Amino acid sequence: MNKSTQIVEAGLKKRYAREKRFRMFGLISILISLAFLVVLLTDIISKGYPAFQQTYIKVDVTIDSKTLGLTADSTEDELYTASYSRIIRDSLRAKFPEVTDRKQRRALTNLVSKSAAYDIRDKVIANPSILDTTASYWFLAKDDVDVFMKGNIDRDLPEDDRRVKDYQLGWIDQLVAENRLEKRFNTVLFTEADSREPEQAGIRGALMGSLFTMLITMFLAVPIGVASATYLEEFAPQNNKWVDMIEININNLAAVPSIVFGLLGLAVYINFFGVPRSTPLIGGLVLALMTLPTIIIASRAAIKAVPPSMREAALGLGASKVQTVFQHVLPTAMPGILTGTIIGMAQALGETAPLLMIGMIAFVSDVPQGILDPSTVMPVQIYLWSDSPERAFTERTSAAIMVLLAFLITMNLIAIMLRKRFEQRW
Amino acid sequence: MSTDTATKKRDEFDVEILDTVGQPLLKDQAEVKMAARGCDVFYADHQAIFGVDLDIGKNEIIAMIGPSGCGKSTFLRALNRMNDTIDICKVTGDLTLDGQDIYAKDQDPVLLRARVGMVFQKPNPFPKSIYDNVAYGARLHGLVTNKSELDDLVEASLTKAGLFKEVKDSLLKPGTGLSGGQQQRLCIARTIAVDPEVILMDEPTSALDPIATAIIEELMDELRHNYTIAIVTHSMQQAARISQRTAYFHLGKLVEVNATNTVFTNPEHKLTENYITGRFG
Ligand SMILES: Nc1ncnc2c1ncn2[C@@H]1O[C@H](COP(=O)(O)OP(=O)(O)O)[C@@H](O)[C@H]1O
Ligand SMILES: [Mg+2]
Repeated sequence: MNKSTQIVEAGLKKRYAREKRFRMFGLISILISLAFLVVLLTDIISKGYPAFQQTYIKVDVTIDSKTLGLTADSTEDELYTASYSRIIRDSLRAKFPEVTDRKQRRALTNLVSKSAAYDIRDKVIANPSILDTTASYWFLAKDDVDVFMKGNIDRDLPEDDRRVKDYQLGWIDQLVAENRLEKRFNTVLFTEADSREPEQAGIRGALMGSLFTMLITMFLAVPIGVASATYLEEFAPQNNKWVDMIEININNLAAVPSIVFGLLGLAVYINFFGVPRSTPLIGGLVLALMTLPTIIIASRAAIKAVPPSMREAALGLGASKVQTVFQHVLPTAMPGILTGTIIGMAQALGETAPLLMIGMIAFVSDVPQGILDPSTVMPVQIYLWSDSPERAFTERTSAAIMVLLAFLITMNLIAIMLRKRFEQRW
Repeated sequence: MSTDTATKKRDEFDVEILDTVGQPLLKDQAEVKMAARGCDVFYADHQAIFGVDLDIGKNEIIAMIGPSGCGKSTFLRALNRMNDTIDICKVTGDLTLDGQDIYAKDQDPVLLRARVGMVFQKPNPFPKSIYDNVAYGARLHGLVTNKSELDDLVEASLTKAGLFKEVKDSLLKPGTGLSGGQQQRLCIARTIAVDPEVILMDEPTSALDPIATAIIEELMDELRHNYTIAIVTHSMQQAARISQRTAYFHLGKLVEVNATNTVFTNPEHKLTENYITGRFG
């Protein structure tokens, strides 16, 4: 064995040890991040999954036309404006005739959500012949009942520390015994917008708001971003002062705090161009601004990574510069461009700060039907709910986070599928 | 090597290049396919080619040899205006194809590159199927009107490139999955499919093994009957085997052009002799 072989051999052990240490570090950091992820997800899911169920209550209702002040030939307007909450109140009193105390009577009415009156109203308008009949109807239970049914109120606590008093417990126990309380899948969560009443609050408004906002962001940021990147990489003169300056500015923009884009949107889009505030349109415009640098930088890197030999091959066969770019460079760079787009869009989806500046934090109780309707977005909805004191909003907060994550995962899956398709072109 | 010895070596062997010796210009001008007169090429302030006069004859293979960095590729790329794609590159002087100035204002570089095809050092098939690789140029220029014509063209081009037998059952497989030599023949087929008049080759076999190289050399000999070929090579044996004329470049200047036989057996210029005897480069 010659001398250098001996030196190499002596050093080998150390080298292997170092490599092993490095691999261990990698493994440990992955395990730590996994642990955090598991803790986070467990917390969110364990808090949020009850929100996917909601307590319903069965009440025998007599739709008394005298109480409503209606007759057989009342107009639809009259049907609409009649006071159906009285009917619900009377039905509950009929169910528990022993309750006479004023305060307790009010509590009795509060077993059922205010939406019950609207449910009955809609039924009467749809079919006026049910006037003066008696039937059993299922209504949303009030959030306190729901919280109790989900075991989040301890009946062993002293009565004064409890939101649900002893007499209310009695009613609930009786209703349960009569099978008049039932937990069902919470469709309200997915069909309604925000509400002051927790049991009536849903995420559809925010979900549609996010969807519209993301569509605007995507349709603006992706084409503009990819076109800018393509121009800067392929067509702009090299070593040009102006091009260099644009480049530096784009890189700086990527590091600008997102709230600044909100201020910019407020000043330029709302105050100058008069874009309506609180709408997905303005949200999308602002988030597109914020996402552009990310998409441009990622796309440029992807375009730069396309081997020059591919451009030469196309040009050498007589393809024009534009044909070369569109037929070869961009398709080859597409997976990288898509990765950048995913990152940018995911950022935009989770963004709250700039949206606060442009009024998307407003309380909106209608599901937006288009890009010009007032709306909020998922992260803002989560923020609003997390700030509400009611116990029922806590679980909805976590449920909304779960839906937001599902939205994000769906978006990423679509992008990954697209990327796979492009990569399959070898 | 230290700067000292480098300088010394240059002093020892560097002979002043005055004019190109040998026969850079053809006697029968009717035989000329492409011609350069007083061609200079600059990369920004750096001049890479100095006043080259050279004729490239019809149906001949002309080999360009010379030490690394002497400007062979630069000159070759001037012949189909591939240099246009480099911002800082400027070409001056007269370059003609069939007597027409290829740098004239009304000369479209896209059309020129369809007439003067190029094969590169590193095989660069598109990440598409073998079929699509060959069909690309024809589709691009609208050379065929229907699928069966295209099928015929693809088959004919692959056959001319000596590749058809090997790939006829895998035309839809990726071109990038072939071996290096096959890839290079695919690139040649792709170039032929556009039906160019001149094919420029920049060290087409330097990335290939000897067997693949031999196959491509054979192929070039056949192609010569239909095309004019200018090939840059760093292998003197290759130049000797395949070319009819050889041009020797040195530091951006064309030193000597002669019949290949003459260059390798009886070089006129001292620099050429040094190079082919392996004392330089
Ligand atoms: N894209 C370029 N930009 C600047 N200088 C270049 C470029 N390509 C080649 N050169 C210079 O031109 C000279 C000739 O290069 P080249 O034609 O590639 O030589 P060869 O092919 O004979 O090895 C070299 O000095 C090289 O540094
Ligand atoms: Mg070269």
